Amino acid sequence: MDINLLRQIITVAGLVCFAAIALWAYGKPASQRFDEAAMQPINDDDLPHRQGREQ
Amino acid sequence: MQAKSALEPHDGVDTFNYQVVRQFSIMTVVWGIVGMLAGVVIAAQMAWPELNYGPYFHFGRLRPLHTNAVIFAFGGCALFATSYYVVQRTCGVRLISDKLAAFTFWGWQLVIVLAAITLPLGITQGKEYAELEWPIDILITIVWVAYAVVFFGTIAKRTQKHIYVANWFYGAFILAVALLHIVNSLAVPVSMWKSYSVYAGAVDAMVQWWYGHNAVGFFLTAAFLGMMYYFVPKQAGRPVYSYRLSVVHFWALVFTYMWAGPHHLHYTALPDWTQSVGMAFSLILLAPSWGGMINGIMTLSGAWHKLRTDPILKFLITALSFYGMSTFEGPMMSIKTVNALSHYTDWTIGHVHSGALGWVAMISIGSIYYLIPRLWGREKMYSIPLIEAHFWMATLGVVLYIAAMWISGVTQGLMWRATNADGTLTYAFIDSVKASYPYYYIRVLGGILFLGGMFMMAYNVARTVMQGKSVDAPIPTLQQAHA
Repeated sequence: MDINLLRQIITVAGLVCFAAIALWAYGKPASQRFDEAAMQPINDDDLPHRQGREQ
Repeated sequence: MQAKSALEPHDGVDTFNYQVVRQFSIMTVVWGIVGMLAGVVIAAQMAWPELNYGPYFHFGRLRPLHTNAVIFAFGGCALFATSYYVVQRTCGVRLISDKLAAFTFWGWQLVIVLAAITLPLGITQGKEYAELEWPIDILITIVWVAYAVVFFGTIAKRTQKHIYVANWFYGAFILAVALLHIVNSLAVPVSMWKSYSVYAGAVDAMVQWWYGHNAVGFFLTAAFLGMMYYFVPKQAGRPVYSYRLSVVHFWALVFTYMWAGPHHLHYTALPDWTQSVGMAFSLILLAPSWGGMINGIMTLSGAWHKLRTDPILKFLITALSFYGMSTFEGPMMSIKTVNALSHYTDWTIGHVHSGALGWVAMISIGSIYYLIPRLWGREKMYSIPLIEAHFWMATLGVVLYIAAMWISGVTQGLMWRATNADGTLTYAFIDSVKASYPYYYIRVLGGILFLGGMFMMAYNVARTVMQGKSVDAPIPTLQQAHA
């Protein structure tokens, strides 16, 4: 196969792939997953609480 | 948004590996001071050329030392520290291997020390941001593979369902940097400390700037966006403004950045069409870059008042503002006609530092201030007013630096292109050097302010560490998957 044809196919595949990702991200099923994922770090309390008693 | 209280650490409870995060966090501050001190020294050498002593203390050898120290030592340590912290907290598991994580720490420090020895000795491959000779390149590759194993191995054993978006950015950074480093560093060694690149001519130049710009794209952008996507929501206490936008702009960045490198080679021997492709993709990059900037800043919507009192948040949000500014400036400078004015002038240096000091350093500083108390079992830093003072010194330093370089750069560009009616050049090159001097003094001042802020940070960090003790936080028992 001509190397340039391969390059063209890969470029177009990249664009199609990105369009697919964008469509998926704007779909309904994804949005609920996103809400869950976005809250994970907020719900994870990483602050030490003991220091007052240690002093 | 009810936050669950973390368990108190006691025997028999699984903990996170904070040790490696602590090590990298401290070294971030140390290398930040070293790298920025080197920057102030070479800025002073530009303003007072008599400061160039002998071969080892010459601008030409200290300049790569400065760039390597701030990017790979300061920035690199900040990324190791934060990525190890974020991947553990968001995956709900300890790093997959403590030994391998420790190896990445000591290996990376060895790389930095070797760089600090070889660069002043003049041992270099002569490729910008890829100066280190082949034995060090091999060491970097080994450390990087270990990093990838630790990071992706930890993601693989996560207890959380989702891979939080920050990890996507860190992951892209790790993969892309591996690819870039290996391809650009391919060389034929002729002795222990001398090698020749396998590429030649215009191909060599294109490979170098494919590497160089993607080092900006994936090391200095994607990775620090990963940092932003964790520490901005955490410090603001609010989830990301739009998680959907973060996903879309992540993939847009990944698909676009790889093509933008040729804008470093406008009006060179590189084929004209390649330059145009580079320019077009650089302009497209404005959209995903601003997607990230807007997403970060809007995370604060409804909590803007926190900016008034929280200097850590000031660092993070100011970093995003500089990110927005420099990712607007970058595409503009990639336009060929603008580049005809800006290229080879101080404008480029100003642009780089608006990104490097304004974005990279500030987001790192804010994140390290967030981390230090948590790593040493404290609720907050030793002194909040000192963070506030650091913030203002740093901001003033950046503004002085970039404003001086803009004026100097545009002056240089205009003087170089000015012609008389008969077609001869109006100015000799030395005229533009003389015109730049006032701005070189201002740059030194800006650099000293920024460096001074880092010393305040070092003091603040040291006091916080002395008050606290190193505690590995327990892993919260399965953070309930809500909703």
